[in-house]
Amino acid sequence: LVATGVGAKTYRRIRFILIQNRAGKTRLAKWYMQFDDDEKQKLIEEVHAVVTVRDAKHTNFVEFRNFKIIYRRYAGLYFCICVDVTDNNLAYLEGIHNFVEVLNEYFHNVCELDLVFNFYKVYTVVDEMFLAGEIRETSQTKVLKQLLMLQSLE
Amino acid sequence: MPAVSKGDGMRGLAVFISDIRNCKSKEAEIKRINKELANIRSKFKGDKALDGYSKKKYVCKLLFIFLLGHDIDFGHMEAVNLLSSNKYTEKQIGYLFISVLVNSNSELIRLINNAIKNDLSSRNPTFMCLALHCIANVGSREMAEAFAGEIPRILVAGDTMDSVKQSAALCLLRLYKASPDLVLMGEWTSRVVHLLNDQHMGVVTAAISLITCLSSKNPDEFKTCVSLAVSRLSRIVSSASTDLQDYTYYFVPAPWLSCKLLRLLQCYPPPEDGAVKGRLVECLETILNKAQEPPKSKKVQHSNAKNAILFEAISLIIHYDSEPNLLVRACNQLGQFLQHRETNLRYLALESMCTLASSEFSHEAVKTHIETVINALKTERDVSVRQRAADLLYAMCDRSNAKQIVAEMLSYLETADYSIREEMVLKVAILAEKYAVDYSWYVDTILNLIRIAGDYVSEEVWYRVIQIVINRDDVQGYAAKTVFEALQAPACHENMVKVGGYILGEFGNLIAGDPRSSPLVQFNLLHSKFHLCSVPTRALLLSAYIKFINLFPETKATIQEVLRSDSQIRNSDVELQQRAVEYLKLSSIASTDVLATVLEEMPPFPERESSILAKLKKKKGPGAVSVELEDGKERGELNGGGDRGGDAAIAASNASTPSPSADLLGLRSTAPASGATPSAGSLLVDVFSEAGPSATSAGVNDDGFLRFVCKNNGVLFENQLLQIGIKSEYRQNLGRMYLFYGNKTSVQFVSFNTTVSCPGELFRSTKTVEPLVEGGAQVQQVINIECLTDFIDAPLLNIKFRYGGALQNISLKLPVTINKFFQPTEMAAADFFQRWKQLSQPQQEAQKIFKASHGMDTEVLKAKLLGLGTALLENVDPNPENYVCAGVIQTKAQQVGCLLRLEPNAQAQMYRLTLRSSKDTVSQRVCDLLAEQF
Repeated sequence: LVATGVGAKTYRRIRFILIQNRAGKTRLAKWYMQFDDDEKQKLIEEVHAVVTVRDAKHTNFVEFRNFKIIYRRYAGLYFCICVDVTDNNLAYLEGIHNFVEVLNEYFHNVCELDLVFNFYKVYTVVDEMFLAGEIRETSQTKVLKQLLMLQSLE
Repeated sequence: MPAVSKGDGMRGLAVFISDIRNCKSKEAEIKRINKELANIRSKFKGDKALDGYSKKKYVCKLLFIFLLGHDIDFGHMEAVNLLSSNKYTEKQIGYLFISVLVNSNSELIRLINNAIKNDLSSRNPTFMCLALHCIANVGSREMAEAFAGEIPRILVAGDTMDSVKQSAALCLLRLYKASPDLVLMGEWTSRVVHLLNDQHMGVVTAAISLITCLSSKNPDEFKTCVSLAVSRLSRIVSSASTDLQDYTYYFVPAPWLSCKLLRLLQCYPPPEDGAVKGRLVECLETILNKAQEPPKSKKVQHSNAKNAILFEAISLIIHYDSEPNLLVRACNQLGQFLQHRETNLRYLALESMCTLASSEFSHEAVKTHIETVINALKTERDVSVRQRAADLLYAMCDRSNAKQIVAEMLSYLETADYSIREEMVLKVAILAEKYAVDYSWYVDTILNLIRIAGDYVSEEVWYRVIQIVINRDDVQGYAAKTVFEALQAPACHENMVKVGGYILGEFGNLIAGDPRSSPLVQFNLLHSKFHLCSVPTRALLLSAYIKFINLFPETKATIQEVLRSDSQIRNSDVELQQRAVEYLKLSSIASTDVLATVLEEMPPFPERESSILAKLKKKKGPGAVSVELEDGKERGELNGGGDRGGDAAIAASNASTPSPSADLLGLRSTAPASGATPSAGSLLVDVFSEAGPSATSAGVNDDGFLRFVCKNNGVLFENQLLQIGIKSEYRQNLGRMYLFYGNKTSVQFVSFNTTVSCPGELFRSTKTVEPLVEGGAQVQQVINIECLTDFIDAPLLNIKFRYGGALQNISLKLPVTINKFFQPTEMAAADFFQRWKQLSQPQQEAQKIFKASHGMDTEVLKAKLLGLGTALLENVDPNPENYVCAGVIQTKAQQVGCLLRLEPNAQAQMYRLTLRSSKDTVSQRVCDLLAEQF
């Protein structure tokens, strides 16, 4: 990973968000940095290898190259966010949970298949909550209201 | 709320996805995909125009295929067409396709930008957001060029919807990161900063990311954000858990926004305005207080959100590093977390405390938790937590607890995870050095390190222990004794053998008095390890052996026998074979004095940055944490306060590229850089160069020659063996030169023979010298010289002799120069200028303008001009700064009158030198010679 133009200690952003299942199948990959396709594939495999070996007694944080992965497991799915080492672990950990709760509400008890069949809608949810590698909106009420409004459009 | 059914709206897509999922093999999947691709291709190429729905469905299928990992080489145009649909779902799929499959096709970019432009001006917030999200996701330069001017306007316009503002802020942030030159905030700055006051918390949440980024790049322009951020934070922190409704998360008001506000404040120093600062301190205190309150919920989400704010607040407190009270409170709070049942909290507390340890206000408070941290190092299940514990121990280490911490780290190393051993080793090595009061403790620690984790002891570590032992004579005896004992272990690590070989080779004599570690016992011990070692270590041991021969003559026969054995002298490894051959030869032909010189104890290493520290920094990489920042501050202590300056970097780079074979004698480049000590390497080359001139004496030595232009006596040449002194006197066109050859060694030079070859313009007569020069003796040779006509080339002196059987061959220029035959001529100003004008033909003049190589001191200049042999004429040149001289060069054939003018320019540190004489070659030659003297 090459940190591009990120010098100041205070200015950070998400590098990528990954949702993978235990077998390593990617259910969502959202990139906030330029990578070529080979590099993306490598990152996906590396993240899977790093995260799946950890158990519930481990932290939800793991060093990853020059960055760190904040992750949380929900049933068979790993939600992973890659951020800078000095970024706020708990804020992103709860950022994941907030996102999952929105998905759960939106898909009514979300399961892995919802993410497969509605992959194009998941992107919309992500963009509502995270944009340009930053947290855009945190209010579940506001996000769901917007999503339902969009749902009603054809 | 209505449930979203599978593949709702696009049945074909759902069927296709089901088909793919039902494929039993990769081949079946590829087959199905190819069938679909063919179908889509035919639809796109078909005569019948596709309706929006079909287009959307097929583009979405292509996207799905791409996301499965297959290449997609068509469909881009159809996706772009979808952008101009006025149906949200069609537009959304179009934008998604573009965002995921960014295409640099310039034709398409133009079309895409066009569609984005239309959507941005549509005043339809949904469409505007789609367009903004597309820009934020792609962020290309073309997009920045097209929209960097428009987006700030959207961001601050009064009638822009809140959701659009959120997207615009982050979209602008993306463009600013990608192309900062294109995003000019200027007139918008103030209005953007005031978004911190926006009623909509979502707008603040998004805008603050933009403001933080801009502030970190231009803090002054955005500094009004500090007071706004403080008041916003204050309002959130003091609100009740339900005040913020939508933005309350598990009873915590606006946790993400709070974190972002605290993060923004870390772009700035503490507020200068007392009221703002007071309010901020109050906020921080409230956050610390809340951490002590009983939780409002048992859910982990509640405590995580609360603690996210707490940790960010502690980061700010550490960033300010000016509120002792807050720092200590932070430390106490983290201390509680050290024993929390949540692994995450223990981890984060260890990490955060690491930075607190570097603050003078909280360092002592951190130290009180040492037992807990040591316990964490021993008992934590997650290696990354243990790693943080080790980091914290390293950070809290000082003179008072160094022994305890180093001991704990050493014992942890025995069971430490492989992944962190090397770093642990480096840390132990650094701490041991940094806080070593008595160096025997240091030596013990490092040898223990090698014993426990030898595989992870990098070269830097064992190089460093040797540097320190060499530089500190109070520890050398102890080191020799300890390493000797360590080597007794039946299976000791190869790194131990290296250190042992080096130290016994240098300082084995310090323990040789004890019969249990007599020279032969030492040698046998080292040699018992020899066959188990790798080539570099064996090479090092061979060097240790030759050092033994010097230290202990009684081991000579034994060691020579070893060197002579086929396994050494015919070793298939070139390096080992060469060492064996050379060392054997050296030990048999060199006198004890030569041996003593060649194998002298290594000189002290120059003080420099510990190469270990450099390695630890390198290992940590750019994501450097504050532990290393602390190291930076304390480096002086680490290096004994020596002047390091620029050579630290050189030392570091030296250390990181060690020569392939560990090199004991410094035969290559790793030797200490002390200039005064002659490199043993070149001497060895001399001693062994049987045939032909050796490297150092090949070619003619020029340096000495030029030093004698303005003087007649001094040392012309000196090397390890020989010194040549010179004394000369000149009268008219005649000269006499005395050469003194001094044998600096205690061994006689045999077949000593000198020859002088003169250019035709000079005549000389030489008396030969005796062919034998005893050790320490000096012999004299006289050369008579007559200058027949003017000349340029100097006579060459060639000296040959044998020293210890090796032929020496030295060639030198004798310092006989045309100016030696000057007769000074005094004259008055009028005479001088009259003659100056008479010599006005171009070829009679030679001139040089050159930079001063030495100081421009008047007395020195005068002495040099007098030494040239001319008369220095006072009160002749109208400019008192200038010097003029006159003289006549006496040759047998003719006399050449010569005038000289030297014009110094002190300001520019330059000279202009002008020579005029009746003979062009003389003008030129004197000018050339003299120009080298200033």
